[in-house]
Amino acid sequence: MVSGRLDRESVDAVLNDLDEYAIEEALRIVEPLNEGKETPEHTITLISMGPDRASEAIRKGLSMGADSGILISDAALQGSDAVSTAKVLAKTIADGGFDLVFCGTESTDARMSVVPAMLAELLGWAQLTFAGSVNIDVAGKKVEIARMTDSGVESMNANFPCVVSVIEKINEPRYPSFKGIMAAKKKPIENKTLADLGISSGEIKAWSDVLDSQPRAPREKGVKLEDAGDGGSKLADYLLEKRLV
Amino acid sequence: MSKIFVVVDHDGSKVSKSAAELATFAKRAGEAVGVLLCKNGSGDSLTSQLADSGLAKVLVVENDEISQHGIAAATSAIAQLVSKESPSAVLISSSARGKEIAGRLAVRLQAGIITDAVNLAPDLSTSQSVFGGSFTVNAKVGTAISVITIRPSSIEPEIGGGAPAIEKVQISIEQKDKSVTITNVEPPVKGGRPDLTEAKIVISGGRGTNGNFAEVEAFADLLGGAVGASRAATDAGWYPHTHQVGQTGKTVSPQLYVACGISGAIQHRAGMQTSKTIVAINKDPEAPIFDLADFGVVGDLFSVLPQAREAISSKRA
Repeated sequence: MVSGRLDRESVDAVLNDLDEYAIEEALRIVEPLNEGKETPEHTITLISMGPDRASEAIRKGLSMGADSGILISDAALQGSDAVSTAKVLAKTIADGGFDLVFCGTESTDARMSVVPAMLAELLGWAQLTFAGSVNIDVAGKKVEIARMTDSGVESMNANFPCVVSVIEKINEPRYPSFKGIMAAKKKPIENKTLADLGISSGEIKAWSDVLDSQPRAPREKGVKLEDAGDGGSKLADYLLEKRLV
Repeated sequence: MSKIFVVVDHDGSKVSKSAAELATFAKRAGEAVGVLLCKNGSGDSLTSQLADSGLAKVLVVENDEISQHGIAAATSAIAQLVSKESPSAVLISSSARGKEIAGRLAVRLQAGIITDAVNLAPDLSTSQSVFGGSFTVNAKVGTAISVITIRPSSIEPEIGGGAPAIEKVQISIEQKDKSVTITNVEPPVKGGRPDLTEAKIVISGGRGTNGNFAEVEAFADLLGGAVGASRAATDAGWYPHTHQVGQTGKTVSPQLYVACGISGAIQHRAGMQTSKTIVAINKDPEAPIFDLADFGVVGDLFSVLPQAREAISSKRA
């Protein structure tokens, strides 16, 4: 319906640590649109990259209500960096004829928080990331979000296709129901390798090299005292002596 | 000498202190060249704040389309400057926006990317603090140009060098990078306190505050510090989530971190254990936070903090 080529609108979610917020948001968008329809007009495909056990995560998303899954596993992907991850996901998404991609956003401190932006860059799609709220106008093929970061709240919009990443707190992800869990067992998960996607292992070579790593030196044992009525003064002395205040 | 780009972060009127920090790192590796993307007519007042920042030169792009179209547009502008000036690295502050620009830029330039570095050596190798600060990883980009984001407050900026040379550059944003339209911007609600991730001093409160952050805030204000909170405190609704320190919140690494009524669960420690000096106040002598503390007081924060505040004020007077 939306993509023109396919008679359906597909929404897909990339599973990561905060996948459930993305899946929940996609479900909330798709469910009212499919209400009362014999066969769903809009479907949700979960895409994940990782070892075979990642299929457990996909299965959980299917039990929440998504329709199908794609799992990309390949020995060549071990230890892949953010750019490689984004390349593999982008190829899968481009092949799938989707209109919207939902991703979770980890906290800004996490390395993989750049993947949604990279996906948008690789796909040439609009980037609507760090969404604290999402509004979709299916007929107008338009998405509007409130981007919430330390820089404040930005209202922004774009036409399909879009990469949307959602922040924690956008919603309260549902628990899979018993019925959902049973239904998920029958839902298809397609397994793909890099060769299936037409990606050579040379294309996903990491562009940065780890030179070495060391555990952080343990902190030196500090002073610990019981407050005998003068704990505050002693704290003040310590801070003044160390010139910290 | 190779050029090192420093993307200057600002809020439209004020330059972030990260600019001088990034310039301090850039000077180690080459000629520090600032890249300032801003609205028409705002370049002069922003560049005037870059005197003594250590930048030798600033490339100023005044273009309203960058703020109208967001991250893709900023990426377009920086990528065009890169092809014009051929720097060996682009340094960007590790904010949400900075990291997203870095991610897109790396893909566009086919360059290697390192995010959240805490140190940069003259050969452009980086150090990152991983697994909540329990490991340090040294890494280097293998491509001709490196895209590196650096965490705020990773270095004490070296002040000096006078006013940088200013070069205004005309750039038009490619159509494909205008797919997003920003219709409204509400700046963050800021109190008088510094930003959590940029503050030199952070005073945090946890379960032991019982929802009363007055003493924590008063101590922060006396020391000119920021206020943080543990997940227990933010989940209870006692303090905004934007102030949460820990694995699912912010990572801070200030000169002084004071944990008040925080037990020190591993998730919290992951967000603060690289702080230079750690002080803990907790009623429970067995609280794991004491394992990290340089100075610990086993006591009630509601008596320790006011006494410390009074003692510091009287000695300062």
